Amino acid sequence: MDTPTATVNGTDRPLAGTPAYTSALTWLRALGLTGAKEGCNEGECGACSVLLARPAPTGDLAGDGADLAGGGAGTEWTAVNACLLPAAALAGQEVVTAEGLGTSRDLHPVQRELAHRGGSQCGYCTPGFVCSMAAEYYRPGRTANGTADPEHGPNGFDLHALSGNLCRCTGYRPIRDAAFALAAQAPADDPLAVRRAGPAPRPSPGRNDAEGAAFVRPATLADALAVLAEHPAAVVVAGSTDWGVEVNLRAARAPLTVAVDRLPELRGFAVDADRIELGAALTLTEVERALDGRVPLLAAAFPLFASRLIRNAATLGGNLATASPIGDTPPALLALDATVLLAAADGEREVPLAEFFTGYRQTVRRPDELIRAVRIPLPLAPLTGFHKIAKRRFDDISSVAVGFALDVADGVVRRARIGLGGVAATPVRALRTEEALTGRPWTEGTVRAAAEVMAAEGTPMDDHRASAAYRSAMLGQALLKLWARTDEAQLDLGGRA
Amino acid sequence: MSVGEALPHESAELHVTGEALYTEDLGARATGLLHAWPVQAPHAHARVTALRPAPAYDVPGVVRVLTGADVPGVNDSGVKGDEPLFPDEVMFHGQAVCWVLGETPEAARLGAAAVEVDYEPLPALLTVREAIAAGSFQGGRPTMARGDVEAGLAASAHVFSGELDLAGQEHFYLETHNSLATVDESGQVFVQASTQHPTETQEIVAHVLGLASHDVVVQCLRMGGGFGGKEMQPHGYAAVAALGSVLTGRPVRLRLNRTQDLTMSGKRHGFHAQWRVGFDDDGRLQALEATLTSDGGWSLDLSEPVLARALCHVENAYWIPHVLVHGRVARTHKTSQTAFRGFGGPQGMLVIEDVLGRCAPLLGLDPAELRRRNFYAPGQATPYGQEVRHADRLERVWEQLLAFSGFEDRRAEVAAFNCSHPHARRALAITPVKFGISFNFTAFNQAGALVHVYKDGSVLINHGGTEMGQGLHTKMRQVAAAELGVPLELVRLSPTRTDKVPNTSATAASSGADLNGAAVADACRQILARLRPVADRLDAGTPWAEVVRTAYFDRVQLWAAGFYRTEGLHWDSTTMTGQPFKYFAYGAAAAEVEVDGFTGGYTLRRVDIVHDVGDSLSPLVDLGQIEGGFVQGAGWLTLEDLRWDESDGPGRGRLLTQAASTYKLPSLSEMPVDFNVALLEDATEDGVVHGSKAVGEPPLMLAFCVREALRQAAAAFGPPGTSVDLASPAIPEAVFWALQSARCGGRPPARDGAAVEPEAVDGPPLRPASERATARLEVPVVDGV
Repeated sequence: MDTPTATVNGTDRPLAGTPAYTSALTWLRALGLTGAKEGCNEGECGACSVLLARPAPTGDLAGDGADLAGGGAGTEWTAVNACLLPAAALAGQEVVTAEGLGTSRDLHPVQRELAHRGGSQCGYCTPGFVCSMAAEYYRPGRTANGTADPEHGPNGFDLHALSGNLCRCTGYRPIRDAAFALAAQAPADDPLAVRRAGPAPRPSPGRNDAEGAAFVRPATLADALAVLAEHPAAVVVAGSTDWGVEVNLRAARAPLTVAVDRLPELRGFAVDADRIELGAALTLTEVERALDGRVPLLAAAFPLFASRLIRNAATLGGNLATASPIGDTPPALLALDATVLLAAADGEREVPLAEFFTGYRQTVRRPDELIRAVRIPLPLAPLTGFHKIAKRRFDDISSVAVGFALDVADGVVRRARIGLGGVAATPVRALRTEEALTGRPWTEGTVRAAAEVMAAEGTPMDDHRASAAYRSAMLGQALLKLWARTDEAQLDLGGRA
Repeated sequence: MSVGEALPHESAELHVTGEALYTEDLGARATGLLHAWPVQAPHAHARVTALRPAPAYDVPGVVRVLTGADVPGVNDSGVKGDEPLFPDEVMFHGQAVCWVLGETPEAARLGAAAVEVDYEPLPALLTVREAIAAGSFQGGRPTMARGDVEAGLAASAHVFSGELDLAGQEHFYLETHNSLATVDESGQVFVQASTQHPTETQEIVAHVLGLASHDVVVQCLRMGGGFGGKEMQPHGYAAVAALGSVLTGRPVRLRLNRTQDLTMSGKRHGFHAQWRVGFDDDGRLQALEATLTSDGGWSLDLSEPVLARALCHVENAYWIPHVLVHGRVARTHKTSQTAFRGFGGPQGMLVIEDVLGRCAPLLGLDPAELRRRNFYAPGQATPYGQEVRHADRLERVWEQLLAFSGFEDRRAEVAAFNCSHPHARRALAITPVKFGISFNFTAFNQAGALVHVYKDGSVLINHGGTEMGQGLHTKMRQVAAAELGVPLELVRLSPTRTDKVPNTSATAASSGADLNGAAVADACRQILARLRPVADRLDAGTPWAEVVRTAYFDRVQLWAAGFYRTEGLHWDSTTMTGQPFKYFAYGAAAAEVEVDGFTGGYTLRRVDIVHDVGDSLSPLVDLGQIEGGFVQGAGWLTLEDLRWDESDGPGRGRLLTQAASTYKLPSLSEMPVDFNVALLEDATEDGVVHGSKAVGEPPLMLAFCVREALRQAAAAFGPPGTSVDLASPAIPEAVFWALQSARCGGRPPARDGAAVEPEAVDGPPLRPASERATARLEVPVVDGV
């Protein structure tokens, strides 16, 4: 990486000397590409959205980790928040911005629909919407079935693609209509559509030094572990959706940043008879697509996790390593009895997720270790549910999150796993509630008694998201809601295990 | 005829391609640029006892620290003299005490961190209730009165009293405050700013710099949203950038990042209201006594006119014979609250809508019927003495909406749903809007325009209004094209600048198209009048360009300055009487919600709107204003939740929701699943530009129906006739507590008819979340409903 470059709208642009704290957004704007805007600088508004050429997950990916690592299958145009992505991480990658999609004299179909349907007012959020919408326009799995529901257009457009973009002017209706008016497929000669057939670029390994700090992308897991062993204070980034916020909003600066998001060893995906193994550096979108509903509890959780823009960058391992008390995958993974595989130069260890978190934003991971993968044991519990309490349905942080996995057979709760987020310094299991359910008949009486136990789990606080009283109330309601759902559905629980 | 055509925004194709430039993008193209960064105080109230800039100069790349000692003119960023630009006394958490200029934003930031400031902390007032208890007020205390409210209450069959805490709102324009200042060789200062009020920005830059207005030019290319937040607030930032540029001779960019914008700039005023209301046996309003206390923050800003508009809209669409409303502005140690779409109107109207929503069940009336029964009738006047012209439109809007929304059939569907779903409730609510158009302050109701016709027939227009996304420039091009009778493509519009059209009013109060459109039309008509003799000499049907060219050779002036002032307005702010408004805009909306009984979470299933825009100048633009205003209003009422640290800890006064991750505005998930808007038919307005009405603000208040639907859905968890108090904003938590209270039979407002005692505010607060738990456990008192 003597002269690291990124390809932006088809032109190679130098990255050398870019400080590690410089976001892709700042870098692009300094090139004169000012279409992408800074609206919030923390990945919440999407005004900075741009497209990245990333490996396309295709078909059944079981055991096909090489494709996800890039270089194998095709390319997917993936929208991400440029404000969170370090510019230095773009080395070797391909970027397309709103300017690269079309010009005012030659509008891209997405731009044309948005412009002519009243989809822009002040226009500040618009280039970001354009990129998010274009990503969905080009998504290989988008299939038109001619029918619409509140979240899908007749052209197969999934509105969740826009869940990370905020508009303060339009009220969104014309934006939705523009999205739903897009053609079912891009024309065959569309250059970005054509580009999808080729392999995604592999980010260039190497080192970028500037202002006394370095950004390093190791080529292999062994390289990465060696760097970490030597520099225990290094900041490890995968999707950088958490670290990017620290850099932008709290002015965090690191002497050494190590990017692990494209290490092939961290991007495996395997389904065996007794477990599923998910590479830690798979993005949440990739996990969601690879699982394809195989784990209903995670399938329920993913659409509620931040936004599509974030899920396109954030990784499963990163979400666990940052150890937020309200991270949304931990409650689900705790309920699934997941384990974490920690790799170090001298070997690997497997830690139950329930023992992984040790305190507020602290884990058992040593500085010289990386999360390589997450394992979910099979078979899955038959009765699962994910409840997220937040002010806003799309793209909000939970005030309370609950993952349920209950094994009910012959009308009796054989095993119960309940993960909680937002009610303690770490994600926790609702152990007393699990105990109140286990071995008891799955009846309204059991549920009501256990709900009372659950309302007293954790140590909820008052904050700007919710009062402690509401958090406790929501814990108490969660089991009742789960019961109501199963009760209403008249599930034959015994027969489904 | 381009007026009335549904055209997209005139910059839409620039927006979608990223080609549209904003102030920040101009900065990215400037060379030799310096970046400004504030030193923000970590106290809500404190004296600055020492300020040592020296350490900042040790940071590589720091060029200059700007302090009060550098100000050659007046150290004040407002028009009331109460907003020091570089303060000696910190009045809110995060206030800038000085600014650092650096070669890069990073250098400026590090420089700001290096500046040493000593503070002597002082006691701070955070909430309206604290300010009321401490007697901390600012500005005038207007009273609006009609009739004899005591007699009216005494004669009422039903008297209720209550109170309401309603929250403010962050503008959250996607583009934060931004200015770019340069100085030319003659010493003229050029400021490109994201401002709704270029003239006032110019005046304040001039007075800070000790210059005359002609020494300063302000240009606004376009804004990435304004919503009122850039009416008064940009001036100080522009002045800092200009001061930096004058002192260094280099271009200076001042852009607030989102956290700085949230912690430093003003917001919609929260209000506290106490009320007492009387109804007759048929549910007709007889008397309203109320005290409205707004949370003005640390300085007056626009708090007085905002309060005046709140008082002028406290009755919304309803005739109330006896009215006595007191208003006052609390002074608290928070950001200086300011204009926000609706400008006090929403807060005033929320009071009466809350009253009706809470009282309808107690009166045994359907809320829709209670509202309709109280509409103004033709010939009746507002409490401030202005006849409600076209009051019949309330009925027409209502009728059109009932039919348009299938209201009656759907009400039955809602009832059926509620019978068959034990854990969810739906509700359908309908609310009206009547909103006065014009600035209350008469002098602001004027505008200018400059229209050039070039020899080739092309037209360049300029006017005093600013473009913030509302489509004003689109409409102005349409007006000019229609007036001149030329195709739209012939009309180009140049950015708003104070050296083209001087002494402009803020683009605010929904008045942009009314005022500037009339000024553009005036200029066009002057030109046409001069062209007519030329055209009369030529063959009928001679092309425009040839008429123009012939006129040039006849030495006819082909450009004109247009001017407009709204006739017939007067307002006496001491008696709170007069004719402040040119006309009223009417509308109504119906919302259907579904509430989850386990969580209080809800979905907005369907919204139908009928709104009066007169004859629309530009239907696609107007539709966008209606939908966008509605969703923004729904955000204010149901989602957006400003929280300050009100504890006695070291962070007291700090804004807790100071990022997009903690302050949530509506996303796609809050858009009504089914969203239908119709314009009122046969709605031509006389004496305004092309029969059109203002549309910027009124639709925001259509969103009351969402809040009322949530209230009705929460009530539906309880026995029939349950009255529900709903905290504002009605976030899921608030709805949950409301439905829990409904399950216990509700907690109706006190109905003893006790006098409103404005000073007694130590009752149970509706809002503070930590106390909600106790509130929900209280045994409901239903005294003889």
